[in-house]
Amino acid sequence: MFIIKRIIVGLTKRIKAIYIYALGMVPLFILVNDLIANQLGVDPLKELEHSLGKIALIFLILTLSISPLSNLLSINLIKLRRPLGLLCFFYVVLHLSTWLFLDMQFRWPEIIRAISKQPYIILGMLSFILLFPLAITSTNYAIKQLGPRWKKLHKLIYVSAIIAGAHYLMVVKSWPLEPIIYFLIIILLLAVRWFKLKKYKQRTR
Amino acid sequence: MNIKKTSNLKELTPRHLFINRRKILKLGLALSSLVALNRISVLKAEEILMRKVNTFEEITNYNNFYEFGVDKEDPARYAHKLTTTPWQVEISGMVGNPGIYSLDEIIMEMEIVKRTYSLRCVEGWSMLIPWNGFQLSQLLNKIGIKEGAKYVAFETLYRPDEMHMQKTKILTWPYREGLRLDEALHPLTLIATGVYDQPLPKQNGAPIRLVVPWKYGFKSIKSITKITVQDNQPVSSWNLQNPREYGFYSNVNPKINHPRWSQASERYIGAEGEGYLGNLFARRYDTKVFNGYKEVEYLYKNMDLSVYY
Repeated sequence: MFIIKRIIVGLTKRIKAIYIYALGMVPLFILVNDLIANQLGVDPLKELEHSLGKIALIFLILTLSISPLSNLLSINLIKLRRPLGLLCFFYVVLHLSTWLFLDMQFRWPEIIRAISKQPYIILGMLSFILLFPLAITSTNYAIKQLGPRWKKLHKLIYVSAIIAGAHYLMVVKSWPLEPIIYFLIIILLLAVRWFKLKKYKQRTR
Repeated sequence: MNIKKTSNLKELTPRHLFINRRKILKLGLALSSLVALNRISVLKAEEILMRKVNTFEEITNYNNFYEFGVDKEDPARYAHKLTTTPWQVEISGMVGNPGIYSLDEIIMEMEIVKRTYSLRCVEGWSMLIPWNGFQLSQLLNKIGIKEGAKYVAFETLYRPDEMHMQKTKILTWPYREGLRLDEALHPLTLIATGVYDQPLPKQNGAPIRLVVPWKYGFKSIKSITKITVQDNQPVSSWNLQNPREYGFYSNVNPKINHPRWSQASERYIGAEGEGYLGNLFARRYDTKVFNGYKEVEYLYKNMDLSVYY
């Protein structure tokens, strides 16, 4: 355990945000490569759309796991959080654009109907809208300007994460395992925070 | 249950059922003289006629067959485990000649036709598939339908050792489906035995499956082992799973939306363009009532389709 921790500490000391951004482009590179090589199956659009959504969800989960992981390993991983969060947003934008342009093909009446009436589309859009202010305030300047309000604002990620997990659960027919697993991980990551908060409140009482 | 290893379907129809059969045959003949059979088999909507028929590759690598997994690629990956020979079909209930028939003897008696049908999935995509098969009406008429029968129920094979998802509770197994008798006897209703003049691939529901082109794809039950003619409405697996989302009728209808998504349009999978880019930009079409098969409209006259969805 000690060795593992030393390796992680050593790695995180050397790691720079730019490496995370570079690594974060790997899934996109693989997807585009598979697309060009005709490896995305009979319906490449659905595969592309779903994969982008899933990658975004994974980055969301990674972003959420930074602070519990920092606590668990007692190492400061916080500098990894911004690139992970922004990568999540980047994939969300690609996922949404794929849906709007390639899937719905600019059929605006249907798009508007979907956004206003279809529950899982509403959830998806809501999750995106909540992430938007977080993405644009992910700069040192914004943190300085917003002060304590920045932390409050960025708590929106919890709401966005739950909604994103529910969005995936509602897209599928029946109850396949994968979306359930993602949803449970999100719940777990939020529960960890809630318990910590409860413990903290008890201690300060 | 009487088990007949070898039975001759020709000799088995009792006389009083012949008369009933004649009536139905007459109806069928009247219909087919109105619309020539090969014209029924392809949609008349010009837009759909312009579509390219899906390739064998596409048809056999993009399937919903939850017995083998929930992903579209799973059936092609796992269906090889299914044993399809020998295959028997139990035909029972309100029929003249109930029994367990071997598939070979059934097929020997049937006239195999080619039908290119649009398959519209409830998920909002469609394909154009050249089936081979026989009209279900031909089989039912040969077996003989008893007075008072109203529905036909179907069951897929239950064999969890070969269909691994049957060990899970993702659906109530075995997969079950049903049709009203007049739907089952409609000349469009096909029991498919092949695609592209080849035996039905396992991922497509070998050795025999139902094809009802004016209903959402999940009604077209695969790998059938049981056909029951009865007077009460059969249960269907997706209806059991979620009655609000999947009704007994499940006729394709752009005006009646799935509670979670719109049915106004469909993405036509593959086919139109060449290669991956063609498939990436698969065009979206307006969905048509009864999937464009207007000839079935009369079956639902005076029925509120928003109630009987």
